[in-house]
Amino acid sequence: MQVPILKQGAYLIATVQSALTDEDLRQLRDALVGQVSKVRARGVIVDVTALDVIDSFATRTLRDVAHMIRLRGAETVIVGIQPEVAFSMVKLGLSLEGVATALDLEEGLAYLNRKVKGTDHEVRTHR
Amino acid sequence: MRFALIADEARVPINSDADIVSARQKGRELASHCGFPSTDLAVVATAISELARNIVRYAVHGKIILRVVDNHGKRGIEVVATDDGPGIPDVALAMQDGYSTSGSLGLGLPGTRRLMDEFEIKSDFGKGTTVTVRKWKR
Repeated sequence: MQVPILKQGAYLIATVQSALTDEDLRQLRDALVGQVSKVRARGVIVDVTALDVIDSFATRTLRDVAHMIRLRGAETVIVGIQPEVAFSMVKLGLSLEGVATALDLEEGLAYLNRKVKGTDHEVRTHR
Repeated sequence: MRFALIADEARVPINSDADIVSARQKGRELASHCGFPSTDLAVVATAISELARNIVRYAVHGKIILRVVDNHGKRGIEVVATDDGPGIPDVALAMQDGYSTSGSLGLGLPGTRRLMDEFEIKSDFGKGTTVTVRKWKR
């Protein structure tokens, strides 16, 4: 199941629509990292509202996506992690350390707008 | 310990990463049918995902057996992940957070133990591994 990636202004929005296999996750990662450069995106939103499980592999892949995209000079925000998914992730010992998260798409866009604005004339530093 | 088996068991062969998804979906369905609350459905599905991935990653082939069990009127779901792969040379080490021989996060087994109520592991080096976990309805 491929994840559609839409371009909205300076942002790319990937909306996960159903359960993803490990291979689907790797494809999503590669597609996002590739697309960011191609369309010169400033920010990426990955909407995981539809995911009922985020296990260790999914967490690692989402973290990799965010870190790779930061190295390409853009920002990533993961939105829509469901409450019971968050509960399971914490119990399992998983965290998305160093990765921005937001409640939903709207909050994610607001985060990117804040983040991307004001960086135009600044030199970016890695956190 | 054996518990009374309620209804038939479901067996999901695990041979590829697509099977990881089907196993956790079957487990979620069974737990939902059993009346588990939605938080526990995610917990059970996540545990199955970790156990099934271990099979694909280390043993290549194996199976997940899902059962509804009963302990003196208390309902639960039992998940058995079994393979005849290489086995785990040092189970105590594999149960430590962050230990991995495959470059993963090393949270699969210790994390699954935290997610579920009961956890048993049996591994014969060179013969295979069987992990049995249970979640009881509160």
